[in-house]
Amino acid sequence: MTDTNLPGTEGRAGLLAGVDWAPLAVVAAAAVLALALIGSPSVWLTLTVAGLAMGMMIFIVASGLTLVFGLMDVLNFGHGAFVTVGAYLAFTILAVTTDLVMADSLAQNLAALLMAVCVAAAGAAALGFLFERIIVRRVYGDHLKQILITMGGMIIVEQVVMMIWGPQEQLVQLPETLRGAVPLGDAIVEKYRLLVVVFGAVLFVLMHLSLTHTRLGLLIRAGVEDPEMIQALGYRIRRLFVGLFVAGSALAGFGGVMWVLYRGTLTADIGGELMILAFIVVIMGGLGSISGCFISAILVAMVANYVAYLVPEVAMTSTIVLLVAVISWRPRGLFPLTRR
Amino acid sequence: MLDALLSRDFPRSRLVTAMLLVLVAAMLSAPLAVGGLPIMNVFVKIAIYAVLVASFDLLLGYTGMISFAHTMYYGIGAYGVAIALRSMGAGWDAIALGFVVAAVLCLVVAAAVGLFSMRTRTIFFAMITLAVANSFAVLVNQFYTVTGGHDGLIFQIPKMLKPAFVILPRSVLGVPVNGTVLTYYAIVVMCGLLFVLMLRLVNSPFGRVLQAIRENEFRAEALGYNVLRHRVVISCIAAVIACMAGAMNAIWLRFVGPEVTFDLQVMLDVLLVVVIGGMGTLYGAVVGAGLFVMAETYLQGAIASAAPWVEGIPVLSVVVHPDRWIFWLGVLFVLSVYYFPEGIVGRLRNSAVNRRKQPASHH
Repeated sequence: MTDTNLPGTEGRAGLLAGVDWAPLAVVAAAAVLALALIGSPSVWLTLTVAGLAMGMMIFIVASGLTLVFGLMDVLNFGHGAFVTVGAYLAFTILAVTTDLVMADSLAQNLAALLMAVCVAAAGAAALGFLFERIIVRRVYGDHLKQILITMGGMIIVEQVVMMIWGPQEQLVQLPETLRGAVPLGDAIVEKYRLLVVVFGAVLFVLMHLSLTHTRLGLLIRAGVEDPEMIQALGYRIRRLFVGLFVAGSALAGFGGVMWVLYRGTLTADIGGELMILAFIVVIMGGLGSISGCFISAILVAMVANYVAYLVPEVAMTSTIVLLVAVISWRPRGLFPLTRR
Repeated sequence: MLDALLSRDFPRSRLVTAMLLVLVAAMLSAPLAVGGLPIMNVFVKIAIYAVLVASFDLLLGYTGMISFAHTMYYGIGAYGVAIALRSMGAGWDAIALGFVVAAVLCLVVAAAVGLFSMRTRTIFFAMITLAVANSFAVLVNQFYTVTGGHDGLIFQIPKMLKPAFVILPRSVLGVPVNGTVLTYYAIVVMCGLLFVLMLRLVNSPFGRVLQAIRENEFRAEALGYNVLRHRVVISCIAAVIACMAGAMNAIWLRFVGPEVTFDLQVMLDVLLVVVIGGMGTLYGAVVGAGLFVMAETYLQGAIASAAPWVEGIPVLSVVVHPDRWIFWLGVLFVLSVYYFPEGIVGRLRNSAVNRRKQPASHH
């Protein structure tokens, strides 16, 4: 988590050099406090794994949003549309490949899942490209119009989804071998949640490494820091941005696949709920910061889960209280990157 | 007198003036129409929506802030009155108390959200209001013992406002003069007053500062105006007006439920209406609300009757389905942000102003 350093000033020596430990300590403290309040370690473990899984899904969706926002100052209120489209594409693929989904073999199940993920990500990426061309391109630099037009774009995409797949609620089943739970000590943990945690963690490490150890990543980080300077140095920030927008859309589509399998049911507003959490995470993590996004996604989801167990009525409100607390502590987010 | 009433802010376009006059005339004579109640329903909805949209325009059009929590305040007003009427009985004291509590809650929430979200970056306001509105909607569903959850609440209103309350024993021009007609006119007049008040507000020095903030935040700040304070104050004012609109809606419908108040779709409707009607012109809210409610009431039916004609034609039959009218609204919305961001009223105003300028340029 070295991205609090200025781009270029950091060495490639240690991945852990210059890590800002305080936010990590907050996550740990929240978990310990929850353990004390909940009492039962097995319940706590189940809740924690569920929170981690939820956090990973929020992270997958929010990571694209935060980079796009950080780099080009584009606020995409339509980001949830990519989640929706990804979820519906996965639904179609899983329905087509019933043989693979129902087979009692992990390899075949994962093949079906992989196919669904690839198609969903590709579809969301293609839509993202169109979205950037048709919707976002004309409103650079105007926040008000960006919010209006991307919101309008989201309405249209949701309606088109309803036209294609119908307005009724669809059921999505997990592949055979991913169903059920495994015992972990006293606790029982759903297999799929563990899979999501693994997916999310791998994705984070990959993104972090490519941001800190590749030339493209350097450009993106520098662009988040100071877009004008990157342009002045002769890089085509627009092209970089389009690429990032498409990649972010693909990630949202991927997040949609994970989310729909987690929920089990599918309606056209599936993207909306995740998007609100993604916004909170983007603000809380610090604009453009992948590490901040990751940590705050986990924090938000875990706290929401604990509160939902302790005081079920106020789960969503706890997220807002958490946001207020974090922003009062660090006004520019957990891992501030920009000076804006 | 008209000068003072409209704060010298006239529609400035003959077509807009004509539309407004027709609308007001229709609104005032609606109880006379055959089958009065459905027509009254339509016009009450237009009046209340016009106030709600205009109060949203105070933020979006005049100050350049997007709030997604505006219909939350509308909902708080509606639920405040509803819960008070249910628990205290159908009296005026319940309406008053319910409204005051709701308005205070709106003030506190609006001030807190405004102060918190705009301290860091103004742009966060849109995201945070969306999150707050969402969590509020969830709360309303969770505390279903108080709010009725998904089902909403049905309640009684004071006798004087009910259809069984007869004011005149004989009907006037074929219309029975009863509590419903009284409620109708009370709401219409109240909405008219609120509209005039908002016109006054945007044409006051305070309103001019808001427009200055919209045009150039830094300049306004440099001129010595406290931008944050102005933004917070206007979001509080807009919240309370929305709260009033919600209370009136609850009294008219004698029902509150999440889908007529807190649902994101209501918020999106308000957003679409203000943009299509014309941001930054309060008259746009009235014209937009009128067109929207008319379209919602009558156009959906028209689309439904067109549906059999296109049945069997692959794409067309799906696109012209009566449920798809939100799609067309979305397309209209995106197109209007692109091609006429000034909205219907703004466009008509501009062309009227240009026409007036042209003869002068010959000199």
